[in-house]
Amino acid sequence: MKIKLLLFSSAADLAGFREQEIERDDLKVAGNILGYLTSLNTEFDKWAPYLRVAVNSSYVDTNHQLSDGDEVAVIPPVSGG
Amino acid sequence: MSLSAKELQRYERHLSIPDVGVAGQERLKQSSVLVVGAGGLGSPAAMYIAAAGIGRVGIVDADVVQLSNLQRQILHATPDIGKAKTDSARATLKTINPEVGVETHNLRLTGENARSILEHYDVVVDGSDNFPTRFVISEACSSLGKPHIYGSVFRFEGQVSVFDSQRGPCYRCLHPEQPPDELVPDCAVGGVIGVLPGMVGSIQAAEAIKVCLKVGKGLIGRMLLIDMRDMAFRELELTKNPQCRGCGMQQNRPVQQVPSTVSEDETTSDISVEELKSRHENGDILVVDVRQPHEYKIAKIDSVLIPLQQLPERFQELDKTKEIVTLCHHGFRSAHAAAFLRSQGFQRVRNLAGGIDAWSLRIDQTVPRY
Repeated sequence: MKIKLLLFSSAADLAGFREQEIERDDLKVAGNILGYLTSLNTEFDKWAPYLRVAVNSSYVDTNHQLSDGDEVAVIPPVSGG
Repeated sequence: MSLSAKELQRYERHLSIPDVGVAGQERLKQSSVLVVGAGGLGSPAAMYIAAAGIGRVGIVDADVVQLSNLQRQILHATPDIGKAKTDSARATLKTINPEVGVETHNLRLTGENARSILEHYDVVVDGSDNFPTRFVISEACSSLGKPHIYGSVFRFEGQVSVFDSQRGPCYRCLHPEQPPDELVPDCAVGGVIGVLPGMVGSIQAAEAIKVCLKVGKGLIGRMLLIDMRDMAFRELELTKNPQCRGCGMQQNRPVQQVPSTVSEDETTSDISVEELKSRHENGDILVVDVRQPHEYKIAKIDSVLIPLQQLPERFQELDKTKEIVTLCHHGFRSAHAAAFLRSQGFQRVRNLAGGIDAWSLRIDQTVPRY
């Protein structure tokens, strides 16, 4: 599965990048992306329950099936005002 | 509500827009907007809302102006340091537009006071800076059916959307669980570029004014993500979650409905956590917890669990002769539950003000907060 990953705010800080093309066999559903991020930085483990994933510009549930070429965005909650 | 000669002159540039005109401007004058937080987002939001001629503008904030606020909080200026933000905000807004009524609430919004404040306004602009307040606003807006104009900022990035549980998703459809505050840095820890809340707060003002005018397409069901570093705007579609704990039951109601609004005299029949503690110990009160099972697992007191959605089918399990207190996280869902039980002939039902969160804070700190 080949996807384009976009990270926002704290997620980009934790991963160290904002955008990346990735190709992996273990990506089946949107939630798998959180496992991939945790493999980059274990801090993502704490964030995982609160991160939201959007595929092709729509928020999806973690069980949403991914397809080749999807653009997957990970958006953390932001509280600043 | 007609406009004076002075007002006609003041709003001249509005009046020549076909979608606004005199009728639209009069509608703005009849409208009221509550701005929660007189900080980075609340500053431009309140200033444009007042300048636009919204009849009543409410401001909620419990803080005082500090020097480190002034890089972005343009409601306040250097001589205001040390003043209550609500006082400073009132002075600025009245200088911009003396025609509007400015109402200040020098307090922190909580589950206990939110509904009684929000119910007096048509639209709520969320310029708060922490998750507990955002969740309190969301819960109150959903239960009162008010549009919740959401904005938040972090460093160079902003988010804006309009949550309206009657027409689309609510904040809890986006974030079902409240993140712990220590996880997510606020402006003090994370930093924010000063002009960013200016952009986001101005978009919130625009959405609030459009709601009052009933003009155009709002950001309902759409999250606008702003990356100011690259000046890139991205829009994400957000749909309503039918299982949402904030607004789900309004979409998927059982045949026998739990009322979605609670009348004023019903809110007076609240019970405080202190009174409940003294009465509950004697065992003469039955506490009915209407939260979801997973919330009950996190924190509970001696009670029976009947999630709000199941109440219409299960209320007959309850003893009508007993005195009942309904309980939830902050006291909103349980207010609906209390109103429903009264409508089913329960004579002695009261709602626990502030919910289990108030219990954790004021009675028993071993009951975890979430």
